[in-house]
Amino acid sequence: METPEQIKARLEAAVPGAKIEILPNDCPAGERSLLVDPAQVLAAAKFLSADPQLRLDFCSNVTGVDWPETEITEKIKVKRVVDGVEKEVEEVKKTVRPGFLEVVYHLYSMELKHGPVVLRQRTANRDPEAPAVSLTSVWRGCEFQEREVFDLFGIRLEGHPDLRRILMWDGFKGFPMRKDYVPPDDFEYEPTPHDEVLEQAKKHYPPEVKA
Amino acid sequence: MSAVAAMPPKNYEILPKTSETGETIGELLEISMGPHHPSTHGVFRMDVVLDGETVVKLKPVFGYLHRNHEKIAENISYLGSMPYTDRLDYFCSMTNNWAYALTVEKLAGLPVPERAEYIRVIMAELTRLQNHTCLIGFFVQDMGALGTPLMYAFREREKILDLFESVSGARMMCNYMRFGGVRCDVTPDWLAQAKQLVDGYSRFLDEFEALLTQNEILLARTQGVGVLPRELVVNASLTGPMLRAAGVNYDVRKVDKYGIYGRFDFKVPLGEHGDIYDRYLVRVLEMRESVKILQQALRDIPSGPVMDPKAKLRGFRPKAGEAYGRIEAPKGELGFYLISDGSANPYRYRVRPPSFINLTVLEDMCLGHRISDTVVILGSVDIVLGEVDR
Repeated sequence: METPEQIKARLEAAVPGAKIEILPNDCPAGERSLLVDPAQVLAAAKFLSADPQLRLDFCSNVTGVDWPETEITEKIKVKRVVDGVEKEVEEVKKTVRPGFLEVVYHLYSMELKHGPVVLRQRTANRDPEAPAVSLTSVWRGCEFQEREVFDLFGIRLEGHPDLRRILMWDGFKGFPMRKDYVPPDDFEYEPTPHDEVLEQAKKHYPPEVKA
Repeated sequence: MSAVAAMPPKNYEILPKTSETGETIGELLEISMGPHHPSTHGVFRMDVVLDGETVVKLKPVFGYLHRNHEKIAENISYLGSMPYTDRLDYFCSMTNNWAYALTVEKLAGLPVPERAEYIRVIMAELTRLQNHTCLIGFFVQDMGALGTPLMYAFREREKILDLFESVSGARMMCNYMRFGGVRCDVTPDWLAQAKQLVDGYSRFLDEFEALLTQNEILLARTQGVGVLPRELVVNASLTGPMLRAAGVNYDVRKVDKYGIYGRFDFKVPLGEHGDIYDRYLVRVLEMRESVKILQQALRDIPSGPVMDPKAKLRGFRPKAGEAYGRIEAPKGELGFYLISDGSANPYRYRVRPPSFINLTVLEDMCLGHRISDTVVILGSVDIVLGEVDR
């Protein structure tokens, strides 16, 4: 099968305005993935499924990943003049990477029996129901899995025919698979909460109440 | 005080049936089938709209067994998730273990000893035998064959579960495989017992088929029912016997050749019409192929260690990266997707459940059939709710 670089070059030629980034994967046997902007992902998916050399007709796995805002610390060497002498000093550089949500697709070809090609799209931020684009119109197999991504991660996949909660009940508040989700503590009532239960209970009440 | 008690909520609704010009020409009945219905194989619900006895709309409703398996796994160690995978598809814990172990091995680049690979194949094919046997038992019971075929199926399943119990300590929740091998070795005595069972299995299948394959009721209820065209099956990501019954030659054992499947001589049975009868036949033929694989594996199994000596289970921290691993489980393609950030817990842990995705086309299969056929169609999908709802 073609390498991610070859697929990227052909995708950029076929989809006007597409900016595609190849994400590295440090795992030795793992596949590198193609990051596509949500605005072009539908056109890119149509190309990948119809292209005679790729024929990625089988979308095996669809899932979401939550990447909250993190501070990345890097050690960089900077040249600086210390006491009149130019020296190389190590400095800690802190950058804040804004948070985003990601939808990951694992594509295979049943006809040509190759794969996987990993396709990703990212939302702009972690707002409740942040928008991305649904690929159910290309691969019907995404239908329930994308509903699950909406249900558990809160990614609104635009263009989905029936975007409702699927595993949680209608009327449930919150998105359980996000990293900052706090589970409710009232499933197991304790009259005198202590230790871990007390710590968890405090998260649900305003500070002055203190459970 | 009000003397009249509140009426219990209705589990049906009467909707107007309108013609194309908008006139009311009759009534439709919307009923909730499940979650406590014996034919739904667990707590699964279908919202069905009926015109007389014909299904005009069907929406599956999930989540009655949802426990957020993925979130639990993100908060415990890699090894800690292994017993949880048993509970996904509780009929096939051995293949669930294998899929998870395979993905972690891919993520961390761990080798697996030769003998452990053979043991894994033996366990997976025994699992396939008992899963398909039981499924056929359940599915003919849905058609009204109460008892007899199911009891024959369970008799055979119990023999396989005895083998599992003697090697892993548990009948169903085996928790047997580890990253870099299997938990404990099998004895020569166990292998002899397994060989005896496998050699006798073809005879059981002949007996089972004599009861069912040419049975007039089974033919009438299954041929031409729940037909899936080839294009839809591929587009809807169906896998396993559902896919192959529609004539698509795709078996992960042949395509990926994971483990040591490249060494065995076996065929992939394919259907022609994509109806329920083909799904039944594909499963029976798959069992006959499994018997062949088992005979080869039991003949060729080498001696040696069953666990890679360098494998570290406790305090296991793979390098940052991600991997997607998949195997051909009895119900279809079972995949695991792991993202590691270098810590002791997976950053992201995802299960690709085959029976959940195979339900995507349930409505397409049922439309236009009678309500009694939806029961048989659902039975032929082969779902286990532990895996569907996770």
